[in-house]
Amino acid sequence: MSPIFQDANRQQIANRRRKDVIIHLLFIVATSIGVLALCALIIDILMDGLSRLQPDLFTNFPSRKAAGSGMKSAIVGSIYMLIIMLPVSFILGVGAAIYLEEYAGKNRFTRLIQLNISTLAGVPSIVYGILGLTLFVRLLALERSLLAGAFTMTLLVLPIIIVSAQEAIRAVPKSRRDASFALGATKWQTVSRSVIPSSISGILTGVILAMSRAIGETAPLVMIGAMTYINFLPTSLKDSFTVMPIQIYNWISKPQLEFKELAASGIIVLLALLLIMNFSAILLRNKYQKKY
Amino acid sequence: MATATQVQAQPLISIEKLNLFYGSFHALKDVSLTIPEKAITAFIGPSGCGKSTLLRTLNRMNDMIPGTRIEGSIAIGGTELYSNEVDVETLRKKVGMVFQQPNPFPKSIYDNIAYGPRLHGTRSKQQLDEIVETSLKSAVLWDEVKDHLKRSAFSLSGGQQQRLCIARALAVNPDILLMDEATSALDPISTLKIEELAQELKDRYTIVMVTHNMHQAARVSNQTVFFLNGEVVEFSDTEKLFSNPTDQRTEDYISGRFG
Ligand SMILES: Nc1ncnc2c1ncn2[C@@H]1O[C@H](COP(=O)(O)OP(=O)(O)OP(=O)(O)O)[C@@H](O)[C@H]1O
Ligand SMILES: [Mg+2]
Repeated sequence: MSPIFQDANRQQIANRRRKDVIIHLLFIVATSIGVLALCALIIDILMDGLSRLQPDLFTNFPSRKAAGSGMKSAIVGSIYMLIIMLPVSFILGVGAAIYLEEYAGKNRFTRLIQLNISTLAGVPSIVYGILGLTLFVRLLALERSLLAGAFTMTLLVLPIIIVSAQEAIRAVPKSRRDASFALGATKWQTVSRSVIPSSISGILTGVILAMSRAIGETAPLVMIGAMTYINFLPTSLKDSFTVMPIQIYNWISKPQLEFKELAASGIIVLLALLLIMNFSAILLRNKYQKKY
Repeated sequence: MATATQVQAQPLISIEKLNLFYGSFHALKDVSLTIPEKAITAFIGPSGCGKSTLLRTLNRMNDMIPGTRIEGSIAIGGTELYSNEVDVETLRKKVGMVFQQPNPFPKSIYDNIAYGPRLHGTRSKQQLDEIVETSLKSAVLWDEVKDHLKRSAFSLSGGQQQRLCIARALAVNPDILLMDEATSALDPISTLKIEELAQELKDRYTIVMVTHNMHQAARVSNQTVFFLNGEVVEFSDTEKLFSNPTDQRTEDYISGRFG
């Protein structure tokens, strides 16, 4: 052996390596527990629900009898709510984030606002339900309508969108703003042509993840009184409505086994929708990252 | 105590008793100097002496740093920069800036150059094409990129990116070009290219460059200003400043005894 390597402390190195292996294993165990739990959940649901995953589920309205019962109104209700929520929460959320990051001075007042927004992101969703009930259902007399539901959900996801959009905007390097200003750009030109294009993938990812949160929420909508037996499709913003998680909740709470299976198949549809949304968030991010 | 010697070209920029404060920190102290037209003026001095600060007052990029206060006079062609007559967008269009780190936008080469003209209202495709071509030619980058203008600016090398940034600054048709250590992030060959480019551009533009590299100042500039702790110690023709400095501190600095 070359003299360079002779003073190596073999024992000490062996100890260090052993520690390395143990820690490595611990991390694998930690990860596996989460993955296994998720797999168990999915397998359980698939076993219960696959048999009911048939066209009926999508084309039929719910009914008293489990056979032939579907969740057409719930699926359509969820999608309608998404369509209303998306532009409203995008404009309000991204607008607020741009204001806070680019325009607002950094003083005590804006720090207070910032703290509030972060706190709001963690407020239990039922509280938004109570707010929606007071504000939209009663005060603005929207009653138990699609619009009241969408607005309530918008409030719920706003803090999430604001915080994630702020992070995306903050990640844009200052040098890029400088480059724009140094060419004679105004503030808005810099924001709209340099800052937003640079952060749009992060912003959109946050918005989509917030939307998928809203799609799975039940409590606030129960609070404002979304119905469970809707055997028509909403034709106006003031119509009453139901959404997928409420339909599932309703089925699960019935004693008969058939309804449990229906609920499981409903969960499969919901999970698939969530998966599609999260996947599109990843695609969006990759698309903008790869472009340049 | 500044010592001015005869400079041939017309002074375009004149600075008189300029004081700048970052909050309570006195960054520029009674700075007075003139910068000639269509020539290269170099700012040299140790780190933290205020070179970048002074450069940024010339296009008012300091406005965006909260707590900055300015006293004294700074004028281009006789017009006070900090008066109501001047709107800052026009000023920055007329006084272009190139930064230490190349900072292209995450857009195509074409869109990087067209960014400025579009800000100021140029919409026609034909006009933009023309501007892109002439700007890239002026920055001696055209031959290297003309076949892939749609490619991302990030696909260029560091030196090419910096020339792209110069082209981008030229695209809005400035009179003055500010370069803040524009070559310090580059390899020697790219540095040489930018220096040659500056030499070419000085026939059409007034160039002010900050550099840490004294050889660069000596090689490229017509006039040199030496700063120390926010003060102008000496400014004169480059040849004179390097061969026969008036102030002892200048001599110490250029002979490498401090800084
Ligand atoms: N935004 C700022 N806020 C407070 N102080 C600042 C700010 N920018 C610069 N300074 C201070 O002003 C002084 C001059 O800074 P400046 O950047 O002009 O130096 P410089 O000569 O360009 O140095 P370098 O050669 O390292 O770039 C320094 O002491 C610096 O700490
Ligand atoms: Mg500097």
